[in-house]
Amino acid sequence: MNELIANSQQLTAKIWQLLEEVSDPEVPVLSILDLGIVRGVRIADNEVHITITPTYSGCPAMNTIATEIRLRLLAEGISKLTIHNQLSPAWTTQWLSQAGREKLAAYGIAPPQNDTAMGHVLKLFGQDTAVPCPLCNSTNTHLVSQFGSTSCKALYQCNDCREPFDYFKCH
Amino acid sequence: MQATLNAAVAPAYSPEVRQLLFDYVLQLADTSLLLGHRLSEWCGHGPILEQDLALANIALDLLGETRSLYQYAAELEGRRRTEDDLAFLRVATDYRNPLLVEQPNGDFAHTVVRQFLFDNFHYHFLQQLQTSPNEHLAAIAEKSVKEAAYHLKWSAEWIIRLGDGTEESRQRIDKAISKLWRYAGELTTPTPTEKALQDLGLIPNYTALQPTLDAYVAQVFAEATLPVPQQIAVQLGGKQGRHSEHLGYILAELQYMQRTYPGMQW
Repeated sequence: MNELIANSQQLTAKIWQLLEEVSDPEVPVLSILDLGIVRGVRIADNEVHITITPTYSGCPAMNTIATEIRLRLLAEGISKLTIHNQLSPAWTTQWLSQAGREKLAAYGIAPPQNDTAMGHVLKLFGQDTAVPCPLCNSTNTHLVSQFGSTSCKALYQCNDCREPFDYFKCH
Repeated sequence: MQATLNAAVAPAYSPEVRQLLFDYVLQLADTSLLLGHRLSEWCGHGPILEQDLALANIALDLLGETRSLYQYAAELEGRRRTEDDLAFLRVATDYRNPLLVEQPNGDFAHTVVRQFLFDNFHYHFLQQLQTSPNEHLAAIAEKSVKEAAYHLKWSAEWIIRLGDGTEESRQRIDKAISKLWRYAGELTTPTPTEKALQDLGLIPNYTALQPTLDAYVAQVFAEATLPVPQQIAVQLGGKQGRHSEHLGYILAELQYMQRTYPGMQW
């Protein structure tokens, strides 16, 4: 640890690598880096500071994620750690990595579509267009409910293969 | 988890302004706590599975917002009370939520009307609060407004489905509107605390917000084929600690564990 602290640039790089191994407990196929919730890693006064941001205000996974980060770093002998929870700038699905989007689709959850344009949210009875069915790839799908098994997901159904599926909704 | 800011520099407010902010942040926290709690009462009882999940999801978002607000209130007070102390160890007359959010769930139509009246205010209010010079409130608003948009979409769509639905749904929503409309006005009637903070430019001005709220109600109600209620007397009180009988029953349940086992943790 002390040796590493001496070279904080090296340590920062190592921590980013370790964070790649911490997964989202609710969508375990995604690492917290894929999810875009790690906003910064810095080292100051022999202490590591990691800033994370919640996906949704009430996300019950935040405490678990903080504990997982702590345990992963502890396993490498890094114990002087403060985790900051930052609300602003607010998390957006635009921070989901490309790799994360591909992992989601392979896992059976449709990744967010057109999440640069959030104006549609208030369009009554509107739904995200061209949400592809993760099973048969058809974009002929419909929204069942804007709210699903976790805060970040909506329920869709495929009109072709009839399979219901989760959609990681735009945020 | 405790939320922190980018620049962790708390503005140096005078003790008077700090007190105003503390009272006001508590009011916001109490409001989202009570509504979140009410919605969570639906868990397992929703009319269909998808709507059960929707109600629980909205409750969770509101409780998340609640935690950020109580944490900030605790920091403003600076007397070592924690977010849990503020949520669980105050008496009913100290709660500052408007009367609307403590009203019982009733049938699904009552829950939808209560939610729509709240969401319309909440979403448009948070839009404005994002530009508050108070960084804490602005950050909480920036986070919550995205969630509130999904809530408003949900409740507005249900107003339309029920209003322009069957004879039965229409009858039920008419009843819910006539029962709950009187509580809407409290949301935009400033208390002396809110007035003082508005004068300081720290929170949005409700008079300026009102036309936006009215326009959205008019738009949704037109699509729902519902007449917008006119000239209904406004029932005030909750924001100043004068509550309906319902609050005591909610708190009896909500506070039970902390009152019975002080300091208990999950």
